[in-house]
Amino acid sequence: MITASVVAAADGEPHGFPSGFPLLPQPAEMVIGLIAFGILYWLYKTKVVPRLEELYAERAAAIEGGMQQAEQAQAEAKAALEQYTAQLAEARAEANSIRESAREQGASIVAEMRAQAQAEASRITESAKRQVEAERQQAVVQLRQEVGSLSTTLASKIVGESLEDEVRQKGIVDRFLAELEAGEVTPQKVAPAGQDA
Amino acid sequence: MSPTVVSASWLPAAIATAEGGEGGFKTPGVADFWWPVIPFDGTGPWAVTRPALVLLLSVGLLAWFYVGATRKLTVVPSKNQFLVEGSYNFVRNTIGRDIIGSKDFLQFVPLLLTLFTLILVNNLFGIFPFIQFPTMSRVGIPIVLTLIVYITYHAVAIRRKHGVLPYFKSLIPPGLPGWLKPILFVLEFLTYFVIRPLTLALRLFGNMLAGHLMLLVFIVGGEYLLLEGDNLFLKFSGALSFGFSIAMTFFELLIEFLQAFIFTLLAALYISDAVSEHH
Repeated sequence: MITASVVAAADGEPHGFPSGFPLLPQPAEMVIGLIAFGILYWLYKTKVVPRLEELYAERAAAIEGGMQQAEQAQAEAKAALEQYTAQLAEARAEANSIRESAREQGASIVAEMRAQAQAEASRITESAKRQVEAERQQAVVQLRQEVGSLSTTLASKIVGESLEDEVRQKGIVDRFLAELEAGEVTPQKVAPAGQDA
Repeated sequence: MSPTVVSASWLPAAIATAEGGEGGFKTPGVADFWWPVIPFDGTGPWAVTRPALVLLLSVGLLAWFYVGATRKLTVVPSKNQFLVEGSYNFVRNTIGRDIIGSKDFLQFVPLLLTLFTLILVNNLFGIFPFIQFPTMSRVGIPIVLTLIVYITYHAVAIRRKHGVLPYFKSLIPPGLPGWLKPILFVLEFLTYFVIRPLTLALRLFGNMLAGHLMLLVFIVGGEYLLLEGDNLFLKFSGALSFGFSIAMTFFELLIEFLQAFIFTLLAALYISDAVSEHH
């Protein structure tokens, strides 16, 4: 029908095809249009679109990978932070314990020192006491000797004879002193030396 | 389509009065779009026309550009790749995914991309220097593209609804009173099988024809007034007409993009209708 009308319109016209029915679709144009569309569609379907879709997938993967990496880095940072915090807490606790132990140690040192000082003091006191005792003893001994010799001298003066014999002399003095200590002898009554020996 | 839809009869009358009825001016009309280059059979239906050659040229350019630019793609795009990805993203996401839905859109992306790039480049050829022929102003080519969309969305719908009869049944929305069903079926049938393809083809064709015809009128008429006008007013009108044609050219640029977008958008919309489970 199209061809018929075209032929009818084309009779003797230089601008044949459209002059009668200018808006009639021209078959050649339609066929070429179909071919053109077909070629372009085939190229797009087999080459352009798959390539671009592949790129999109790749890009999405790259972004996803980047995000994963970022996540990993974040996790690592978090772990490091936790570790640092833990270490810090540990260090703080350690410092605390050190301080505590230092305090304890200090207290114990003070106590020890006090005990030591006390011991020293008592030792000094003791030695002083002992020295005093020793001196006293010495004094006593010395006094005894002196008193003995004095008494002997006194007695020899009184008695008029010297008692040369040491042993006798000593025995007499000792006995005299013992009696003296016992309060049996009064200074007025001096027993004769020869009587007692 | 009635062949006498576009009548430019008012144009010669208007210009004839302007030129004082000398009859020297030949009004640009629909016949000017008939441009056989290789007339196999004289003036007949199988002559290879200029729009056909422009169409083939556009396919060559698009193939060279898209296939070439996608040969070595990188995750971080280069300049060419940026352009390819920009257009591809626009068709894939804005038109395809957002309308058809993320489940089914991927298989239709090649079709939508072909429609969009082919129509856009051919429309742009309408104002491209030295080519200056909008391919889509020849009605046969929009008809072919519409036919492809038409067959696609019906085929998809028949496959999705498991047969022709279920498809027809799905045209009637559920829950209607019985007497309303036949009326609505006729309306829906007309919409799906007649009105949609008709408007899809004619919208693109009409816009490109009218836009280019308008440019032709302003440029050819302006030239005629400027050269042949016998007083200053007519010469001035011619210059004004030229200036206006430049402004119209920029307006055409917008229309050309818009028509490519609308055609692809509607194709996606019809496909999404076919893909969806319900009407």
